[in-house]
Amino acid sequence: MMEIAIEAEGLVKKYGAVVALDGFDLSVPQGTVMGLLGPNGAGKTTAVRVFTTLLKPDAGRARVAGLDVVADARRLRGLIGLSGQYAAVDEHLTGFENLDMVGRLYGFTAKASRERARALLARFDLEDAADRPVKGYSGGMRRRLDLAGALVAQPPVLFLDEPTTGLDPRSRLGMWDVISELVAAGSTLLLTTQYLEEADHLASRIAVIDHGKVIALGTSDDLKNQVGGERLELTVSTPADIDSARAVLAPLASGEITVDEPARRVTVPVTGGASALMESLRRLDAEAVKVLDVGLRRPSLDDVFLTLTGHAAEEESS
Amino acid sequence: MTTESMLANPAFKPLRDGITVARRNLIKIKRVPDLLVFTTLSPIMFVLLFAYVFGSAIDVPGVSYREYLMAGIFTQTMLFGSTLTGYGLAEDIQKGIVDRFRSLPMARSALLVGRTTSDLVNNVIVIIVMSVTGLIVGWRIHSSPLEALGGFALLLLFAYAFSWVFAVVGLSVRSPEVVNNASFIFIFPLTFIANTFVGVTDLPGPLKAFAEWNPVSAVTQAARDLFGNTNPAVPQPDAWPLRHPVFTSLAWVVVLLIVSVPLAVNRYKKAASR
Repeated sequence: MMEIAIEAEGLVKKYGAVVALDGFDLSVPQGTVMGLLGPNGAGKTTAVRVFTTLLKPDAGRARVAGLDVVADARRLRGLIGLSGQYAAVDEHLTGFENLDMVGRLYGFTAKASRERARALLARFDLEDAADRPVKGYSGGMRRRLDLAGALVAQPPVLFLDEPTTGLDPRSRLGMWDVISELVAAGSTLLLTTQYLEEADHLASRIAVIDHGKVIALGTSDDLKNQVGGERLELTVSTPADIDSARAVLAPLASGEITVDEPARRVTVPVTGGASALMESLRRLDAEAVKVLDVGLRRPSLDDVFLTLTGHAAEEESS
Repeated sequence: MTTESMLANPAFKPLRDGITVARRNLIKIKRVPDLLVFTTLSPIMFVLLFAYVFGSAIDVPGVSYREYLMAGIFTQTMLFGSTLTGYGLAEDIQKGIVDRFRSLPMARSALLVGRTTSDLVNNVIVIIVMSVTGLIVGWRIHSSPLEALGGFALLLLFAYAFSWVFAVVGLSVRSPEVVNNASFIFIFPLTFIANTFVGVTDLPGPLKAFAEWNPVSAVTQAARDLFGNTNPAVPQPDAWPLRHPVFTSLAWVVVLLIVSVPLAVNRYKKAASR
């Protein structure tokens, strides 16, 4: 049987009238990656703050690496790494000074701390910027440095709170690579995100969280099956084309084809991504169906939420 | 996992953590000297303004006004310097770095001890700059070196105690700017309803009582005595705290620390949990 690295039972946390966590349960086996997926205000960050000893829950209990987050908080802090939503680095210090400070605070000797800082800077591609104040770093560099800070003591359990929120697409891909490497090295990781794509890419299991509790749990395939997977959306030029499009695409559909008559839009659930898109275009072209617009849509967080909760993710953000 | 050989002796960890944090703050003073420049420029400005503008109008019996003035400006500046503690802490919370600190296995006291320590270092620099300015405009120490050293030590001790008071303020508000505004409301009456710039004997009733028991008055009077900036021919103030200024100052320091240290630690625990 696998060891459980992160465990929560019935966590409750209230801020006045706002209930941030409302009976939150979670169990993450050692060496796996759990994606905590939810919109702003769903309780993701609150959960991470409880797991990382920053916040005491009002009710329920949580254990990380076998230690209680309240009773054993002091010992637990030596075993976890946290990289927060807002890169918690000191911008007046250089990258090296930031990591060296964290090393010292973990209790390293001066020599060990300096060596560790240099090694991490090299690993995160920050060697050239190591001795410049963080003030001049780009958003992506700051996040990498913050993540490096979480890894100083090589903690067996890592918490990454929205590691790519606010990053441009290129920096986001860079972060994904770095995180994938960590995962391959066998760390247990809890990652929060607002992006299904991100959870899909990095996590082996995903917990969808809304109003402070987990409302769905499974692999990304499990979730996508619930949500409906990919679909082809096409807009045809005349009402007559709607029926021919429907007939042409029926063999490719993995589910029921829906039609929006006024918008002349046909939605076809498919599997196979881009190849399904190309095949459908080939067939439509062969039958001379006039298409104005076509696209492959992947299920988004909105779709997950719409399906699971009946309301859109945006309503939650405040 | 970390190996034993990488870890330093855990015996002095709280002290070392405090030093680590203090060093971080001092690096900031080095990188962004603006703050230090402004905290030293304003007292220089005060010295010059009072020495040359008010100095000609205010008459203090038995001693030159410039000599009388310096102890008051020293005290006022120490008080202003201690507001930096609140500002720095509020800024750390706002920037999220406190979360990082709190998730590390470091001593709980380290952030506060480190901050108050680095602000003390800041105040030492400020006091040196001010003393030089004072000497230039004609201020002189007439006492023994030991007494003078005692005077400086008392000023710094007072600043240190108030650092903890402003730590409570900084940990209770939502942004560093609020600390500035809040502390001005607090500091101006404290430094002006006192013997900093004029004697307290002619103040109207309630103000006089406030001024006599004001810690700023006690520290100013103590510094004046210890620097020898008083004239034995002139009668001492008759209020008890001003007749025993060193004792009163030390008592204030102890009271302020006893009240504000636990409050600050408590606020620190809560502040980051918001």
